Amino acid sequence: MSNKLITPNPSRRAVLGGIAAGGALLTTGLGARFAQAQSSAPIKLGFQLHRTGIGASYGRWYERTATAALKVLNDAGGINGRPVEILFEDDGTDPKRGAEVVEKFATQHKCDIGFGTLFSHVVMGSAPRAGELKLPYFVVSEGHHVASGALNRWTLQPGITDVKSQVLSMAPWVLQNLGKKVTMVFPDYAFGHDHRDYFTQAVQANGGEVIAQVAIPPTETTFTRYFPKIPRETEVLYHVMVGPAVLTFVKELGEFYGTGARPEIFGFIDSLEAVNIASPGLEFLEGTHFWEGHPRYLQEGASEAELAYRAAVGVDDTGASVSDPADVATYAHMFSVWETLFAVKAGMEAAGYQGPDDRQKFVEAMEAIAAFDEGAEHPQGPKVFNGKTHQAFGLQSISKVEGGKLKRVHQTTMEDGFYPDEVDYTTMSF
Amino acid sequence: MNGTRALALHLGVLALLLALHFLAPSYHHTNIARIMVLAIYAMGYNIAFGYTGLLSLGHALLFGAGLYGAGLLVYHADAHATLALIAGVLAGGALAFAVGLLALRTAGVAFMIVTLMFAQAGYLTILYFGSYTRGDEGIVIPRAARMLGSLDLSDDGTRYLVALTLFAIALLCNLALVRSPFGRVMVAMRENEERSRMLGYNPFTVKLAALTVSGLYSGLSGAAYGLMFGYVGAGLASVQYSILPMLYVLLGGAGTVLGPFLGALLMFYLIDYASSVTDAHQFVTGAALVLLVLFAPKGILGTIRARAGARGAEWLP
Repeated sequence: MSNKLITPNPSRRAVLGGIAAGGALLTTGLGARFAQAQSSAPIKLGFQLHRTGIGASYGRWYERTATAALKVLNDAGGINGRPVEILFEDDGTDPKRGAEVVEKFATQHKCDIGFGTLFSHVVMGSAPRAGELKLPYFVVSEGHHVASGALNRWTLQPGITDVKSQVLSMAPWVLQNLGKKVTMVFPDYAFGHDHRDYFTQAVQANGGEVIAQVAIPPTETTFTRYFPKIPRETEVLYHVMVGPAVLTFVKELGEFYGTGARPEIFGFIDSLEAVNIASPGLEFLEGTHFWEGHPRYLQEGASEAELAYRAAVGVDDTGASVSDPADVATYAHMFSVWETLFAVKAGMEAAGYQGPDDRQKFVEAMEAIAAFDEGAEHPQGPKVFNGKTHQAFGLQSISKVEGGKLKRVHQTTMEDGFYPDEVDYTTMSF
Repeated sequence: MNGTRALALHLGVLALLLALHFLAPSYHHTNIARIMVLAIYAMGYNIAFGYTGLLSLGHALLFGAGLYGAGLLVYHADAHATLALIAGVLAGGALAFAVGLLALRTAGVAFMIVTLMFAQAGYLTILYFGSYTRGDEGIVIPRAARMLGSLDLSDDGTRYLVALTLFAIALLCNLALVRSPFGRVMVAMRENEERSRMLGYNPFTVKLAALTVSGLYSGLSGAAYGLMFGYVGAGLASVQYSILPMLYVLLGGAGTVLGPFLGALLMFYLIDYASSVTDAHQFVTGAALVLLVLFAPKGILGTIRARAGARGAEWLP
C-alpha cells in the first residue's frame, strides 16, 4: 500500500484533503516554517517495505520507525526547508518485486531516493535497477554486500554496521570471556555464510577454534535433528537464525539442553527479534549472551536521545509496543531506519539538494561525510561513515540475560570493527 | 483463411508492443519489458501444460537453469552475454530433457509431485553451492558484462527492444509449433493419450519432446531475465516461480498462444495495483483466481474461444 500525502493525479478526495491540510498548515504555522525553501514541494522518499513475506515482522516496525522519524524530521523543518514525505511500497520481501518497486519509485512516483531495504536478497535484486535508474538507494540490511563492492555507486548503507564488522568487533570478547572452542549454528544461506566466514576468521585470529559448523537449510521448520551435531567439547555455542521459525529454533535448543550442563551460548538477537524473551520454553536463556545492535531493554544511564527515540517509536522499557506488550519490537535493528533518514537529511543539506537533478551531487556529498555524532538523529550511537565503501561503522552491544531481561555487559569500540577497504566506489562512474 | 487471421492477430500484438516502446510512460515501459520476458516463461509452461497436458510444479528448475546457466558463466567465467544467453537456453532444455526422462514415467498427480521434488532439489542445490551462487542472496551481474554484442542490456530502451525481439521469436515459434503436425499430436496427448498411442504415436517421446521445448523457453526466459535485470538469485528458482507461470497460463487461457502473455500482463498489474490500494493484495490476487476458476476455468482467451466458437472465433490458436 502506498501511503502518500500527494498523488500525481489528484482525486476529488485528495484535493479536498489537500485543501484541509493546507488550512491546517496555515493555522499551525508550518507553512511559515517551510517558506524559506526555494521550492516548497515535498521531498519524496520511497520506502521499500517488507510488509509481507519472510521479512514482515521487521517491516511492521520499520514502517512505524520511519513514520516516527519523519514526524520528528518535519517538525524540525524538513530537509533544506522543505517538507518530506515517505511513500511506503510493499516488496513482499522478494527480489523481483523489490526491483519493480524501485522502478516504481523512480519512474512513477518520481521519488528523490529509495530506502529501507533489509533483506539481502531484496537488496541484491533491487540495487542494479537503482543504479541504472540513477536513484540513490539507501539500504539497512547489515549485509556485507555494500562494503564488498558487489553493488554500485548509487547504493549506500549509512545507518547500520555490516555483519563483517559486527562479528569482527565481538569475537575478542566472546573468546576471552566465554570460551575458545566454538560451534556455530547458522542458516545455510548467504546471511548465515557471512557469519560463518567472518566469525571463523575472527576466532582464528584471536586464538580460538571453530570446532563445528552446523548449517541449517532455510526450508527447515524443526531443528532437533541438527543439535546432536554440536560436539560435546564445545565451550561456546554461537547461533544465529532468521525467519518465521526463530521461536521454534530457540525453544528446541532449550529442549535439547534441558536443565543439564550446556556450553556458554552466544547468539545474535536475530534469533529472538520480535520474540518475547519471557515466552514459555525460553527460561534456559538465563545467563546466555546476545549481540544487540541496539539494546532492547532500556539500560541504566540511557541518554536523552535514547529516551526520546524510544518514546517516538512507541516502545516501552522492555522493548515491546507501548500499546501492546505482546508486540515485541525489532529493536536491535530498526534504529537503522531512523538513522538512515537523518543521514539522508545530512547529505541532502550538504549538497544543497533541490531535486532529482542533484542526485549525483547528493551521493558525492554523502561520500564526503566522515561521521555522524550520537544524538537525537543517531540515538544508537556515533557512526563512522566510510565514503569509499559506502558503509557505516558503529558500536555493538553484548547483552546477558539476567532475571529474564537483556542487560548490556560489553560495548565494542569503533576501532574493533574496522577492516581494510575492499572497494572504492568513488572511483566508479555514475 | 483462419491461419492468416491468426497470424495477423499475433503480428498485430507485436506491432502494438512496438508502438508501446515509443508511447508507454517510463514505468510501464519497463514493466512491459519484464512482462514480455516472463511471458516467454509462461509460453514454455503452456506448451507443456496447456497443449500437452503436463501439469508441472517444477518449472522453476528450468527457469533457474537458464538464470544460472547464463549468470554463472558471465559472473565467474567472464563469458560474453550472447554466449551466456545461448548457454541458458540449452541449460533449460537439457535439464527438462533429463528430468523428463525420469518424471514422465509418472502421470497426473504423481508427475506434479515428482517435478516439484526435482525443483526443490535444484533450489537446495543452488543454496548448497553458495560459494559459487551466493545462495539466496544471489549475484549482481555487472553492467559491463550485460552487453549483447553492441547492445547494452542495462539501457531501458535497448532492453525493451531486445525483450520484444525475444518475445516475438518465442511467440511466432509457439504459433508455428501448435499449428504444426507435432503440435496437433501434443494436443492429442492432452485429450486422449491412449487413443494417440493406438494411432501409432509414442506418448513418452512426444511428451519428452514437448517438455524439452518447454525447457528451452523457460531457459531463455531465465537467462534473459538475469542478463536484462542484472540479478541472479535462488529466490527466482523457488517454488513460487513454479506457481507463477501456471497462474499466468490459467488466467490468460491454457492452450492459447497469446494466453500466457495476457495472463502475465494482467497478473502483473493486478498485483501492482492491489498492492497500491491495500495491504491485503495477496488476498485480492487469490480472490481473483478463485473467481476465475469458478466462472472462467478456461482462462480469458480460452473462454472467449469457447463462447465465441459458434460465431467463428474457433480459429484462435
